[in-house]
Formats: sequence, C-alpha cells, structure tokens
Amino acid sequence: MIDLTTNTAGIVSPNPFWLASAPPANSGLQIQRAFEAGWGGAVWKTLGVPIQNVSSRFAGHTIHGVQGAGFTNIELITDRSLEVNLKEIAETKRLFPRNPIIVSLMVETESAWREIIAQSIDAGADGIELNFGCPHGMCERGMGSAVGQEPAVNERITAWAKKYSTVPVLVKLTPNVSDIVPHGLAAKRGGADGVSLINTIKSIIAVDIDRFVPEPRVGNRSSNGGYCGAAVKPIALHMVAALARDSRFGLPISGIGGVTNWRDAVEFLVLGASTVQVCTEVMLRGYGIVEDMIDGLARYLETHGCHSVSEIVGKAIPAYSEWGDLDLNYETVAKINADACIGCQLCVVACHDGAHQCIHPQEGTRVPRVDESECVGCNLCQIVCPVSHCIEMVQVQNGHTPATWNQHITTGATLRPKKGAH
Amino acid sequence: MAAPLSNHRSEAAFEDFKLPLLRDGAMAEATRCLFCHDAPCIKACPTAIDIPQFIRKIASDNVHGAAKTIFESNILGMSCARVCPVEVLCVGACVYNDTEQPPIAIGKLQRYATDRAYDESWKFFSAGPNSGKRVALIGGGPASLAAAHELRRLGHACTILEKRATLGGLNTTGVAPYKMRADRSISEVEWVLSIGGIEVRTNVTVGEQITLAQLERDFDAVFIGVGLGADTMLGIPGETLGNVHGAVEWIERMKLRAVDLSDVRRAVIIGGGNTALDAAREVRGLGVPRVTMVYRGRREVMSGYAHEFAAAANEGVEVEWQAAATALRNAREGTLRVGTVSCTRLDDGRRAIAGSAFELDADLVLVAIGQAKLSALFDGFEGITLDHGRIRTDTDGRTGRARWYAGGDCQNGGVEVVNAAAEGKAAARGIDADFRRGGAR
Repeated sequence: MIDLTTNTAGIVSPNPFWLASAPPANSGLQIQRAFEAGWGGAVWKTLGVPIQNVSSRFAGHTIHGVQGAGFTNIELITDRSLEVNLKEIAETKRLFPRNPIIVSLMVETESAWREIIAQSIDAGADGIELNFGCPHGMCERGMGSAVGQEPAVNERITAWAKKYSTVPVLVKLTPNVSDIVPHGLAAKRGGADGVSLINTIKSIIAVDIDRFVPEPRVGNRSSNGGYCGAAVKPIALHMVAALARDSRFGLPISGIGGVTNWRDAVEFLVLGASTVQVCTEVMLRGYGIVEDMIDGLARYLETHGCHSVSEIVGKAIPAYSEWGDLDLNYETVAKINADACIGCQLCVVACHDGAHQCIHPQEGTRVPRVDESECVGCNLCQIVCPVSHCIEMVQVQNGHTPATWNQHITTGATLRPKKGAH
Repeated sequence: MAAPLSNHRSEAAFEDFKLPLLRDGAMAEATRCLFCHDAPCIKACPTAIDIPQFIRKIASDNVHGAAKTIFESNILGMSCARVCPVEVLCVGACVYNDTEQPPIAIGKLQRYATDRAYDESWKFFSAGPNSGKRVALIGGGPASLAAAHELRRLGHACTILEKRATLGGLNTTGVAPYKMRADRSISEVEWVLSIGGIEVRTNVTVGEQITLAQLERDFDAVFIGVGLGADTMLGIPGETLGNVHGAVEWIERMKLRAVDLSDVRRAVIIGGGNTALDAAREVRGLGVPRVTMVYRGRREVMSGYAHEFAAAANEGVEVEWQAAATALRNAREGTLRVGTVSCTRLDDGRRAIAGSAFELDADLVLVAIGQAKLSALFDGFEGITLDHGRIRTDTDGRTGRARWYAGGDCQNGGVEVVNAAAEGKAAARGIDADFRRGGAR
C-alpha cells in the first residue's frame, strides 16, 4: 500500500489523520487505543488550568433523519490535572513513538505559557497547538476565541509560544471572524509554524420549544456552544482554502471541520491542508472509522497515479478563483435521461418554484421536458433528483469566446446573451 | 483445470430470487448501517467478516476496500453473499431487528462489493514465499478451496484432488439456481485459483486412482474436504422405478445438464429439510404445475429454514404434514415409471396412524431425507475417527492422525458454504502452525 506519511510544519505522521483536540483525545488510554486503530497523530485535549464542566454538554442536530449531522458542545478544556495529563503523554509517546502527539494549550500569562510549553515538551510533545478558538466559556475568561478574534493578541501570544517552544507551533484558528485571512497572517507574524482550522462555530444548535430553553439544557438554562460535525465542512473548506491560496500566507495547514471519511479528507487536502483532524465522527462512531479513511485514501491516491499524500495537497487551489474570473460564456443545460427517470417531478417543482421555470411536465408521460432555450444551467434539478446520473448538466458549444466579468469591465470582452432574464 | 460447463443446463431458466443492489441502493442501504460496536452481525458470521467496516467502506464509495475486507476473512465471499442463509446469520443478528425498521441487507451489500471485485478483476492476495511444503486436498468444494487459498497465502504448495470434472463442490452442483448458477461458482473457483500454485486434478477418486497411503507418502499434509455422500433413500418398495431420484443427484443433473419435466404434472418431494425445499422450489420453478412435499413432522419442527419455506409456499408448493411415504407404485402395469406415492399419516410420535393411508399421484419423486456420511474410505485408517459419520477434529481441523486435517460437510455433518469456508481456513492455519512447529516432516 502507498506510504501515507505526512509532514505538517515539521510534524511527521504515518498518515494525515489526527484526532482533534477534543473528548476523543482526552486521555492516554483513549489515544493509545486510537493509535492502535490506525490514527496517525493526536492533538491532546487542551491543557491549562483544569476547569469544572457542566452536566449536559453536547447536543446533536438531526438533519433529514441523520442523527448528529451537526453537533455542538459546551465542554471546556481539560478538567484533569496537568500532572496526570503530562504523565499520560509521556507514557503514550513511549508506547507509540512514531505517532505524533501535539499538545493543545490554553493559558493566560506569558509565564504560564512558558511553563506549560516546557512541561509539554518535557513530556514528549511533538508539537504545540495554541487553542485560540474555543467559542464558549473560555472566551468569557479572555482566552480561546477571544484571542483568536484579535490579530494583535494572537500575534503576541504566538510569539511567546515560539520563543519558548523547541517543537513546531500550530495556531488553531476560530471561524468566528468575518475573514480568516488576517488571523492566519497574524499567526504567521507571530512566528507560527502552521495553523489548524477551523475550531467550532459559535451557535445555538436547537431550542427545547416546550421548556423555552436552548440546547444542550443545563437545568433551566443553556449557553451558546461550538457547532461542528459533518454540517460544518463547507465553512471549514472555504476557510482552509482562503488561507491556502493567499500568497502572503504559505504556512502548512491542518484541516478541521466535518471530516467523516476519506473523501472529506481528500477535499481538505486538495484545498491545501496537509493533515486533517477529526473529532465529531469519532465521537459518533468510534476510532474504527480510521480504517476506511486510510484504505480509501490510499486507494484514491493509487487510482490517481499518486505516490504520496503531498502530491495532492493544494491541487484544487488553482481552480479556486474570484467570481469575477469565472467564464460567463460557459454554458450548460440540463438533460434528463428518460430511461433513468422515475417520474417524481421534483425537478419540475424545483425549477418552477425555485429557479427559472424551464422544466415542464409532458402529456402522456411522467418524464419532464427541459426547455433548453430557457435553462440557465443552475444545477437545481440535478441536486433534487433522487436518481444519480439521471440528470446531467451538459455543456453547450455556444461559439462564444470565454469571457469573465473582470475581462468584460476592463477590456470590453463580449458576453453571451443572458438566458432566463425576462 | 476443470471441464467447461455445458451450455444446456436447466438451471439457466432461473433468475435471481434476490435482486442485486445498484450503486444508489447500495449507498442508501450502507448509510443506514449503524456501525455497531462489538457488532452482533460479525459474531453471527462463521467467517467473522468485519461487516460494519465493509459496509462503511461501501458508504464512503470505497468499494475496493469493502471487497478487501470481505475477502480477507472469507475468500468465498462472493458465493456466500448469494447462498448464505443471512436471515438466520448476519441479517438475523442485526440490531435493527429490535426496531420497526428492516435489518441491513448485508448479503446484498456483500454481493455489491464482491461482484464489483470480480467485474474489475481486483487482485488482493498473492502467494507467500515458498515454504517447500506440499499439501493435498481431497475434494474440490468450498472447504478445500478456502483451505488451499489460505495455504497459498502462507506459501505452501497445494494439490486439489476432485472426483468430478468440475470444482466448486455443492456451490457448483447443489446451490439453488435462483441463488447462484453453476457458472458463477466456476468464476469463484477461478478467483480462488488465481493466487497461483494450486494444482488441480479432476476426475480423480481417492481410494481408487490414488490411495490414502500414497497421499500420506507424497504430501506433507492432507486436508479432507470430501463433503457428503450419495442421497439416502427410504428403503421402501418402488424406489427403483423410473423418475424416482435422490434430490441431491437430481439437483446436480438439473444444474449441470438439461432435465425434461415437460410431462410431469405433479412432483412429490419427500423430506422437510433445506434440500427438500430447494428441490421443491426448483421443480416448481421449472414449470411443474403441482409440487407436494411429504414431511413426517409438523411445520414448527421442519429443519428447513422458515424463510425458505415461506418462499416455497408463496410459489405454490404444497405440503402433506405429518405424513410418510410407504411405497412407490408404477403408473400402470407394464410401465417402470412411478405414478403413485402411497402414504400414511403419522401421529406426534411419528408412528403410523392405522387406517390413514392415502395416495398422491406423482410423475416425479425426489427423495431428500439426507446424504450418506463417510463410510468405507477411512475404515482402518488409524487415527481418523468418525462421530455419527463425521470426521472428528479439533478447532483447527486436526484429525486424530498426524498430518491429516478435515473440514466442511464431512466434518460438520452438512451445514452451509460459509461454515466450510471458515473450517477450511482454520485448518489451513492449523496446518501452517504444525509446519512451523515441525509437527509435519
């Protein structure tokens, strides 16, 4: 099988799959079981001054019957003593020397950072991850996302960590900002060796509408939590890509957010991450999910003629551009395969009510007809179609030379006539 | 290797009883799997396939990985996907059975992955470094095939001795064609043999063309995977009439050649096991208008699976419960062809009820009351002992004679293909362990 060894900011791992700093990486025995199951590395659940947690900490978001498609937590950093955690880090390193342990940290003062970094490295940490992301509880105490949202503070603390660390320093970024790039650049200015993102998204996952209390409910109250799980992947992919394609950035990225299988992981990799971190799917199904992640990734690389993970890192970045650089003369229309169509007419209603009224029922058959002269190629019909490959979006050779909006306004490039705009 | 199959096989008339899943269906079903911890389905599988893991791989569209997971545990995973009584094994153990939702269609998902592996000729295994050891395998059925494949992975040379012209055992000659046809079984044989280094000698009957002593002399170990013997007959008058057959023998004929049932108006199947049910459904499926089973017990104690009986009943198979055939009579004087089955009713103690005699018209009678166990072959061959006709072994297939191992129907008395696959593989591991210990020369 293909060698899946990865290197993120100098942290070498047998494969790109790391446990994220979270409940599945809470203790030595857990992480040892995870390594045994095949996980490449682990980011130890954030160390700091041990906290006290509430009872009722998680809530799931069921989307169309899929339990836990989204997930939230209001748990804080580790509640276990520093001494115990450090002892277990050392023990886990002794048992699994090839698997990197990155220790997530969150403290307040420079001296506290200096001390805990030294202790983590003494215990065997292969890297340090600065938790500038936690959006609940810790930020109220001036840590977590409170740091990640202030580039100047982020830069200052990153610089402290770099000053005291002899191992690579990753800065874990919060998505609770309007633009991720300045925050990635702040970490870079502070000297970070790499970043990991995203941390969880500030959210209220649901409300108990009989008790009038948000979830997860702690007695008769709740608090905003950190949203994560499969549902957040699109947000995470964008933020990873936004940094990966910024020419000023250039640091290694460990991608986090909604990775449930090898396909998700490949998406992060091709958008510029060199490792991925997973929490929610492990919480829902256990460490055993990594077997398919490893096997599926290896098979994917093999079938794409690649010999290492690094060959695909960032491979989709050149194709991620500004809207203004998209070809406005590229044209597609929907084609319905009548043999595959089951006659549900979801495409008809979707097109009529939600798009451009160009898919119509026909007499004597349940198979609808596409009015190609009106079809704008929006994809909605294909998205709602329950049969894969029944609706294809087919390119129309319209004879127009490619022209983007930016070319149009700068050089007057000719745009094709608009469709459906009447 | 083996002789090609005839193109004129009655079994070709059958289509699959369970339809295969296509990609959309497979993905939807796989996504429904809960990925249970310590999963009951794995425990219910004799070959302990990591079922949740292969299903998760299907759900992530890693069908290659799914197939690998299956074959890693069971090299006969393609046929098992079709012929396993999943209703009483993995599917029967699925936790969804305790809800109002249907259990996961594990057999169909396994078929989806393994068929794809065959279609795409994925290669997962290669032979181990040559150990210099040679193993003979008597019988070319599922047990020997599974054993040989595992032995090759471990680097031992294999020779399969098969008395028929084709390999695959009951997968080729006995499986109901609406589950799997013989050509599919032959594909599986080729799949297994593709690891290389398995010599196949067909039309060789051990005890005739080659003796046990010769095998012992020429090989470092011998695996006995001979299955069961001929159909047991009733021992009642008229069994030699025309159109009276043992069910296993008739099924083999139907699968490998053409049978003519055009003038059969009613068939009577004697027995209540799975072979009887298969025969009944097959005869019915080939167009015989009336098919009646004659079984000694009540429905509740029938050894045939409930799901198989339900399918047979649904297809119009009738049953005379608590009845026994007492004699077979010719259609009319001067003909040697069966025409009537004389029966009697039985009480709950299976004793004939006086005055309860009745007759069934029958143009075809199939006797499905069991198969002979091993008898003469190992008589006086010290160390190989039988228990009710089954060869005694330990859990790694070791018989009481050094360097002799056994598995499959001849050892378990006749269970499923998946049991044979598990036992063959276990015996291969046992043989390998003994080689490593120097237990064999």
